[in-house]
Amino acid sequence: MSTTEVKPTRPWAASPKDRALTASSVLLSVAITVGIVLGTPMKGKLAYFFVFLLTWLIVDSLYVVRKFGAKGVRDGLAAKITLYGAVMVSMAVFSILWATVSEGVAGLNLAFVTENMRNASFFDPIGKGGVLHAIIGTLELILISIIIAVPMGILTALYLTEIKGKAAGLIQFLVQAMSGVPSVVAGLFIYAAIILNTPLRPSAFLGGLALSILMIPTVTRTAQEVLNLVPSDLREAGLAMGATQWKTVALVVLPAARSGLITATILGVARIAGETAPLLFTVGVFDGYNFNPFVGGTGTLPTVIWAGLGAGTPEAAQRAWSAILILLIVVLIMFVLARTVGSRQFKKK
Amino acid sequence: MEIQTNTEKNGTQMSEQNRTTPSSLSDVAAKRAEAKVAGTTPLGTGLEARGVHAWFSKHHALSDVSLDFSAGTVTALIGPSGCGKSTFIRTLNRMHEFIPNTSMAGQVLLDGKDIYEPGIDVTKIRLQIGMVFQKPNPFPSMTIGENVLSGLKLAQLKVSNQEELLEECLVRAGLWNEVKDRLGAHAGGLSGGQQQRLCIARALAVKPKVLLMDEPCSALDPGSTLRIEETISQLSKSMTIVIVTHNMQQAARVSDYTAFFLSDGGPGQMIEVGPTNEIFSRPRDERTENYVTGRFG
Repeated sequence: MSTTEVKPTRPWAASPKDRALTASSVLLSVAITVGIVLGTPMKGKLAYFFVFLLTWLIVDSLYVVRKFGAKGVRDGLAAKITLYGAVMVSMAVFSILWATVSEGVAGLNLAFVTENMRNASFFDPIGKGGVLHAIIGTLELILISIIIAVPMGILTALYLTEIKGKAAGLIQFLVQAMSGVPSVVAGLFIYAAIILNTPLRPSAFLGGLALSILMIPTVTRTAQEVLNLVPSDLREAGLAMGATQWKTVALVVLPAARSGLITATILGVARIAGETAPLLFTVGVFDGYNFNPFVGGTGTLPTVIWAGLGAGTPEAAQRAWSAILILLIVVLIMFVLARTVGSRQFKKK
Repeated sequence: MEIQTNTEKNGTQMSEQNRTTPSSLSDVAAKRAEAKVAGTTPLGTGLEARGVHAWFSKHHALSDVSLDFSAGTVTALIGPSGCGKSTFIRTLNRMHEFIPNTSMAGQVLLDGKDIYEPGIDVTKIRLQIGMVFQKPNPFPSMTIGENVLSGLKLAQLKVSNQEELLEECLVRAGLWNEVKDRLGAHAGGLSGGQQQRLCIARALAVKPKVLLMDEPCSALDPGSTLRIEETISQLSKSMTIVIVTHNMQQAARVSDYTAFFLSDGGPGQMIEVGPTNEIFSRPRDERTENYVTGRFG
């Protein structure tokens, strides 16, 4: 037996020639694009962008057809159209992020996140007053919504996955319908059902009720998916040891799905954190701290943004943009939390 | 392969010369029968199935199985896939009813009492008739030690000395030496064979009288299979074991009695039951012989 060293290679990787061809196809497409845009009345970055997408699709197909025939062209077209879809979505997301950061960062200062608007108004110069009251208000609302919606959502999901009772089909349908409820309707419902009929006035608690209506279907459906992923082997193992169904669910199924249920909660939070419409009728407004969730209006980030953009002065608009940035950061922190909590559980397995 | 009708299946008329039973299987079974310690006294009246039928919605999966499992014996259920072995074993501790739209008929007597009697506490039945599944299924959120003792919490039992029970169960399942230093580790880190023995230890912790094993080694390598078989031999001294297996060598190695199940397109039936060495050397039914000699199945 020879003992020559075997070098690892990648025979399937693109050869320099392949890469040169790809590069030339891109360059040719760019050249054609420039030609087309200059030669026609089309103008601007957007024109270059879309003409390039189209030209590259055609030019690269011509490159491919020589080597791989019609089958290769179809494959290449499908791959590129998928890529275009991903590019468009990323562009939308990054545009929003970019707009928020570039517009919002100018209004950020220490006072903005450590003070309230009690002694300042939207029309004061930037640097006076802040939105801490709204940050606290939003967190307060999120907490109330979690307390109401997460138990209800998880219990509903348990009914659908574990008990599979006679009403399961109907409830599944209702949950789906509920996830399509426009958010303004949730606010109007609380307004019509509670504020018009009881002595309760707009407060953080009522806002939380309205947001719970939106959060429950998200939590339910995510929790349901997670619970369905728990292998039925585990349920049977629990039951086969003489456990009741309740004990099996409490000691085996829920712990096995724990990280997924946390993710369900945080996805629910992300769903409601930026909702404005339902809050307009239900939480009222207030520009100072209100730590009582049951009495009095409460400032929240979405309502501050809504009011600021509607006020019409550059200072108010600047404050609104900065508040959007703060809201994005709050939601981002929650997503990061979801990811870390989820992956920590994953590593254990 | 032509399947004989019931009237023709008088096995005693089959001549000895026609038989091509592999001597190895019957030898193994005979050796096992000799090795079985004489001191295994009956532990009770055991488990008896009386005319058990089972359906999956309208599909009649199992027809009229009557089978006694004497206390302190190991009974192997063999037969081709889809013959109702697993369905049968699941009727023995009332796990069959967890599949939606199933039904059953007949009686299953544990110590002379029908476990399907109306008003009986089904959780108490499953406490006495434990089960080990085909795929190892330790609870992922629990440590090794918690897994073994999980039955206490699940069935709400009180045990004075949990440490002692933990060690006893792991020793009996043949896993103690491998895990005694890492009882606090998560069960997912064990190998497949270790996980399956952990599941056996877990089933033992609630002190069942009967242990049902549904192809416990089908997902395991030969080495782990051997360990599980040793475990079964140890356990059989103190409890009744029913094991479903596709591995006839395994049936010959571990069981005292073997029952052969077969479905001829209709519902699965039990064709024949007898001492394991007889099933593998002198089966009464030609279909059993064809199956154990590997001519079909």
